[in-house]
Amino acid sequence: MTTDLGMPAASPGAPGTAGVPRLADGTALTKKDFTSDQEVRWCPGCGDYAILAAVQGFLPELGLKRENIVFVSGIGCSSRFPYYLDTYGMHSIHGRAPAIATGLAATREDLSVWVVTGDGDALSIGGNHLIHALRRNVNLKILLFNNEIYGLTKGQYSPTSHVGQVTKSTPLGSLDTPFNPVSLALGAEASFVARTMDSDRQHLTSVLRAAAEHRGSALVEIYQNCPIFNDGVFDVLKDRTEAAARILHLVDGEEVAAGDNVVVRDDRGSLAVVPRADADPARIVRHDVSAQDPSAAFALSRLDSPDLGHVPMGVFRNVQRPTYDDALREQISSARTNEITDADIDALLAGRDTWTVATPAGS
Amino acid sequence: MSTKLVQKLDRVVIRFAGDSGDGMQLTGDRFTSQTALLGNDLSTLPNFPAEIRAPQGTLPGVSSFQLHFADHNVLTPGDAPDVLVAMNPAALKANLRDLPRGATIIVNTDEFTKRNLSKVGYTESPLDDGSLESYHVHPVALTSIAVEALASFTDLTRKEKERAKNMFALGLLSWLYTRPMDGTEAFLKAKFADKPEILEANLTALRAGFNYGETTEDFAVSYEVAAASMAAGTYRNVTGNVALSLGLVAAAHRAHLPLFLGSYPITPASDILHTLAGLKRYGVATMQAEDEIAGVGAALGASFGGALGVTTTSGPGLALKAETIGLAVSLELPLIVCDIQRGGPSTGLPTKTEQADLLQALFGRNGESPVAVVAPSTPADCFDIAVEAVRIATTYRTPVIVLSDGYLANGSEPWRLPRTSELPDIAVEFATEPNATDDKGEPVFHPYLRDPETLARPWAIPGTPGLEHRVGGIEKADVTGNISYDPDNHDHMTRLRQAKIDGIADTIAPLEVDDPTADADVLVLGWGSTFGPVSAAVRLARNTGVRVAQAHLRHLNPFPANTGEVLRRYERVIVPEMNLGQLALLLRAKYLVDVESHTSVRGLPFQAGELADVIATAVASLSDAHLKETAQ
Repeated sequence: MTTDLGMPAASPGAPGTAGVPRLADGTALTKKDFTSDQEVRWCPGCGDYAILAAVQGFLPELGLKRENIVFVSGIGCSSRFPYYLDTYGMHSIHGRAPAIATGLAATREDLSVWVVTGDGDALSIGGNHLIHALRRNVNLKILLFNNEIYGLTKGQYSPTSHVGQVTKSTPLGSLDTPFNPVSLALGAEASFVARTMDSDRQHLTSVLRAAAEHRGSALVEIYQNCPIFNDGVFDVLKDRTEAAARILHLVDGEEVAAGDNVVVRDDRGSLAVVPRADADPARIVRHDVSAQDPSAAFALSRLDSPDLGHVPMGVFRNVQRPTYDDALREQISSARTNEITDADIDALLAGRDTWTVATPAGS
Repeated sequence: MSTKLVQKLDRVVIRFAGDSGDGMQLTGDRFTSQTALLGNDLSTLPNFPAEIRAPQGTLPGVSSFQLHFADHNVLTPGDAPDVLVAMNPAALKANLRDLPRGATIIVNTDEFTKRNLSKVGYTESPLDDGSLESYHVHPVALTSIAVEALASFTDLTRKEKERAKNMFALGLLSWLYTRPMDGTEAFLKAKFADKPEILEANLTALRAGFNYGETTEDFAVSYEVAAASMAAGTYRNVTGNVALSLGLVAAAHRAHLPLFLGSYPITPASDILHTLAGLKRYGVATMQAEDEIAGVGAALGASFGGALGVTTTSGPGLALKAETIGLAVSLELPLIVCDIQRGGPSTGLPTKTEQADLLQALFGRNGESPVAVVAPSTPADCFDIAVEAVRIATTYRTPVIVLSDGYLANGSEPWRLPRTSELPDIAVEFATEPNATDDKGEPVFHPYLRDPETLARPWAIPGTPGLEHRVGGIEKADVTGNISYDPDNHDHMTRLRQAKIDGIADTIAPLEVDDPTADADVLVLGWGSTFGPVSAAVRLARNTGVRVAQAHLRHLNPFPANTGEVLRRYERVIVPEMNLGQLALLLRAKYLVDVESHTSVRGLPFQAGELADVIATAVASLSDAHLKETAQ
């Protein structure tokens, strides 16, 4: 049996931060306001520094009261993130941040809730929570720092390490087929999925902006360099010439292209990267970020190759659908009529079948 | 008006037994409700297989519901049924050994076919071979009479008509024990409101059963059990799981906190999720999580945000939640974890009761990770224990584990309704202001600066300006809450967390001893759901002149402050438990008292008679020893 929930599809089109108190007009916070007094303890050269700086620089732009922003993390290098932000924060346990953040977001409409996680935290031990948070479309912004390695436990392979990768726990090469986090998120019904990179501050900020604006779960994969255990794994994307040839920038309404190459769709819907000169103009893919059908976004995510030959970057998908937390609040607010009084609770306790024992005679 | 003889009884134990698809739980529930409304005191014991529909007619498929009702205070569902309603040969065979000689058996003869008999290993029908001659057997063709009564229902299939046989049986028993059926009629009308044909059929079968009793010569006598003398008040019948649910709602109301339940379905706890999911109009938010870990994680996230976070589970789920409970210990946030214990280890006996998670609740986490642990003693006490758990969790900012069990969860008893306004005032105050000054004299917030009395830290929820702070599972420096790996600080924090939990003992009632003659040498000490059987056993023993004292623990961590003193007062202390002696282990370790364990892990509550024998033997051996000493 299903029930028509009969609710306004949980405010479609409402911004991600609707319901979160804003700063008074004319006041603004700065990057410094979001910097905690704690010494940052990542390794020198870690990509996390750049992401932290970008986030601290971006948060003032939201115009929200600082006390209404919460960062929840799991375990791993990336998960130390909340300590360095002067907001409310919780450094929780391995893989569970999406579940914890779900309980927080479900009960507090007035908070902007962010999850910081890594490839091991989100995709190995916490894989179940990640896919279910995305499926439910809880209003969470999930920043997944992907460095394709376990850093905090000192260099074992991760669920995004490539096949054959030699690490401390795979001296003869990894046997596992890696996850593509974007494909996984799209398969889990995510309503917003994007990819960006630690070193591209401008792009990273633009993706954070789009994620914050989105109402619902937003998964942002951030390629992040681990200088100690997997150094340089994304270097080809950081070289200006190489990047131009390899990065397929996803811009809504525009052709998906990198350098002299464009993405074309064949008769069966599969995508391929071909030289523009060889492409049938009618088959060149124009990105439609808000397509309800996730097939095209999924096909784009499959253009990845282990050698980073072509890497789509940007927002793969951004669609509106009811969020779990809005819908839960809606069910509660439409069920309750007014403030609950002691008499209401008395009636609840009594239920429907009661009997009364009078004071026994003589007592 | 019946012209038959009506005989008065002071107590009756009835067991309804049939195939798991026969509707025995519903029949038992309805009979219980009718009995409750009559004002009898009562106690129930549903007992059913884990399989939803085990192979029909087999022993593993037997489901039963036992009800003990009386004109006086009832403590247990009864050791042995006076009446067995057996809907098929399997139900007879599975339950016969529990019946005392002279008990009444009502059997559904329609099911005693060659095939059904052979399914359970009867070569000859026990109805014909004389093996039941020491019982009062009433053979009734329940199915065919019910079907016959529904002859005019031409739109119903034979199968649908057969399904009404449980209502026929309920009608017959209602006549036999003079129970009013209006409540059941109203229940059926609500249940089948949109299926008028099925409703009419059920009502017809119910009344046909009642009329059958009145007219057939097979039943010469009907019985009455007068209302029990109970404290004045308004009562309802309640199961432990419902009482626990209501207790959580009432406690959240008194604490002025929104209630958030994160839970994953698991027997025998799921009914709490079902009950709370239906209470959205009281502001209750429930989330069926993707797994046990997410259930407790979401609850903890809600607590961080200032809600009353609750998770419900059974033993295997408690194991999965361990790491998150440890995080809650470190974060020092309120969290309610309800473990409705069942037989273990592993999947164990999902539908049967046990008390074997006590040590898991106390110690089943990494590191020194103390939490408060409480246990309800009866189904109705589940309400009070929920309120107490919330009081402890919010006052001390700690996880509290509630150890109920399958027996309490599904068993029921009359509950005198409390007044919400008279429940403890447990209103919570969140931190709103900085609580310290830094070295420059600026106001700052220290998330781990404790209340000197309770040692609880401030609960500062997101959205509070100026109190922005970070918490986490890494060890924190005392007061500031910043990450600290300092050896002395860790030692200090570990002891502080323990001292905080130990300090709860200051606010719980001392362990009370019931010793009417004030000269007993033997103490029986129970915890949790053994309260009913232990109390009944003590009553039985005292009725035969045995001097015995009784005490019962509802707080398992910390224990009431006077526990050691009480234990040392007695020459022998017997601790009955449905495990292999977990409380006994704790008491011996903590108080160096040589308590004696009496244990049973049969998936069923203790029998009062069995425990009374244990008590009598202990007391007698002590008197023997005294006599010998005197003689020497």
